[in-house]
Amino acid sequence: MGRLGRVGITGRGLVVALPYLWLLLFFVVPFVIVLKISFSDVTLAIPPYKPLLEWVGKNSLAIKVNFDNYAFLFTDSLYLHAFANSVKVAFLSTLACLLIGYPMAYGIARAKPSLRNVLLLLVILPFWTSLLLRVYAWIGLLKANGVINNILMSLGVIHEPLTMLYTPFAMYVGIVYSYLPFLILPLYANLEKMDWQLLEAAEDLGCRPWQAFYKITLPLSRNGILAGSMLVFIPAVGEFVIPALLGGPNALMIGRVLWDEFFSNRAWPVASAVAILLLILLVPFMMWYQSVQARETAGAR
Amino acid sequence: MTTTSGGVVKAQPWNDPSARPYVEVERISKTFGDFKAVNDVSLKIYKGEIFCLLGASGCGKTTLLRMLGGFETPTDGKILIDGEDMTDVPPYERPVNMMFQSYALFPHMNVEQNVAFGLKQDRIPKSEIRDRVATMLDLVKMSDFAKRKPHQLSGGQRQRVALARSLVKRPKLLLLDEPLGALDKKLREHTQFELISLQDKLGVTFIVVTHDQEEAMTLASRIGVMNHGEIVQAGTPSEIYEFPSSKFVADFVGSVNIFEGQLIEDEPDYVRIGSAELGGTIYVSHGISAPPEAIVWAAVRPEKIFMSTAPPQAAADNVVRGTVQDIAYLGDLSIYLVRLATGKVVRVTRPNTSRHAEAISWDQQVYLSWDATSPVVVTR
Repeated sequence: MGRLGRVGITGRGLVVALPYLWLLLFFVVPFVIVLKISFSDVTLAIPPYKPLLEWVGKNSLAIKVNFDNYAFLFTDSLYLHAFANSVKVAFLSTLACLLIGYPMAYGIARAKPSLRNVLLLLVILPFWTSLLLRVYAWIGLLKANGVINNILMSLGVIHEPLTMLYTPFAMYVGIVYSYLPFLILPLYANLEKMDWQLLEAAEDLGCRPWQAFYKITLPLSRNGILAGSMLVFIPAVGEFVIPALLGGPNALMIGRVLWDEFFSNRAWPVASAVAILLLILLVPFMMWYQSVQARETAGAR
Repeated sequence: MTTTSGGVVKAQPWNDPSARPYVEVERISKTFGDFKAVNDVSLKIYKGEIFCLLGASGCGKTTLLRMLGGFETPTDGKILIDGEDMTDVPPYERPVNMMFQSYALFPHMNVEQNVAFGLKQDRIPKSEIRDRVATMLDLVKMSDFAKRKPHQLSGGQRQRVALARSLVKRPKLLLLDEPLGALDKKLREHTQFELISLQDKLGVTFIVVTHDQEEAMTLASRIGVMNHGEIVQAGTPSEIYEFPSSKFVADFVGSVNIFEGQLIEDEPDYVRIGSAELGGTIYVSHGISAPPEAIVWAAVRPEKIFMSTAPPQAAADNVVRGTVQDIAYLGDLSIYLVRLATGKVVRVTRPNTSRHAEAISWDQQVYLSWDATSPVVVTR
């Protein structure tokens, strides 16, 4: 222990302090700023809100906390609708990801070890391209004279192009496509640890293969399912880019409302209030995810 | 080394041609790619037996067991259990249960739920399940741990739960894959005898896979020694130990000194073998069936060799001189490695019957001798 040790700085202390410092700088400070803005009045200025603290007279400092922004969110049904719709979209997307992702994760986990890495790479590969580009690519696939419509028409399956782009369908496709790896990876990590002999034991005791899956694999992969679902659900609730690009004008998502308030209406206080509410909405899910993660680590002993 | 059979089959149905075998394996083979894991194996196992498949890892014993359980489909051949063809019956419809080497206890269920699993699967009434599970847990002395999860149990306790789970369905045949492999030596010895008495009580036929010859000797009514996917010899533990049919079996089961030699005299009631390896002749008091001057091997167990510092009284055949090269004191007995003039090292064991035994020490000149009945002559 050198000079640093004498002033109470140790290697262990530094290692622990660094992530906290990071969180402080890039989460707590911005959060406090947003929280502050959400309680202020809107005004035509740069920045477009009034400070919370004001000198009144000579020696008194007044704190003006404005709850109007929050009250406004509950009076205009647009915001509650957007919240509800976001949760609905996120929920259905998570469900779709689960239905598609579970068999994929299961397949990878049961593949030959040599093949497994290739399959995993294929899941991760899309991350090498920007999300925006990949979502744009879907426009080319889904539009009226896009790839899918052209193929279907040339095969004679349909005679008029299907309207897919700018519909909820396109939005779901985009969200499920983009978030699928986030579900597959934790689920794979969970299934990969599974002792497949348990399935043989279940069959030995009278289970058909699907019963063994339902009674053994599914309950044992519960933590993987929850972790993967949270990783899809939490960001999907606040998703902005995909609904904006693929969803129609009716795709009312809270992320989009936030964007509009912030940039189009320059209503920073209201936008901040939306952000804070969104955070409050998601905190229980994040805590749940955390506890699942903790259980998973404890169970891996 | 014990030569008494631990198995409960007092009568010997395998010597009775009219006895009906309970499990019949007919010329079964299994190939993975171009690897023959099991090669043309036929077996007859009788009701109430503990039959041990003994062999080194990779000899095909586990594959054979898995075919009996229905987890592998034979490439060729048939399996009959209690007269019914089971070759293509999936595991969940076989009247057979398996105890896995890893125990494969369901980690998300407690002991009770693990044991009840198979019964629930068969839609047996709740009250009956409760009774049968309780009886079974009582039998394996795990009643006090019924609510524990597998990860809260010791290795020995898990082994008991696995055993209870595989026996509670009253299978016609119980397959055990290295049942005691994960236990430490003391616990293993203790559990071997428990397993035998449990099998005696329930009368279930056991087929046990093991690589541990001592375990096979203790448990088995009969042992099938496997090598390269084939059963090279099947018989009671004492038959396997005292009358091995080949060099491989003699060497694999217990330790043995093998002397290569050539038949010099081949009479109906004795043979004499000249062995360059021994530097002398070996006299064996029984005839063998081999062509004259054939190359044969005489196998002598270490405990059947007498060692003395003075020349034995009736010095004739089967006496050889050597120098003690190494001694291993094991408490109950000592192992001596004696180097002969030819360079061959012979293994001799002597029980330490006295606490102050006559000391034979390193580099001492000794005489080794054995009875004419002791060597087993094998031709392959």
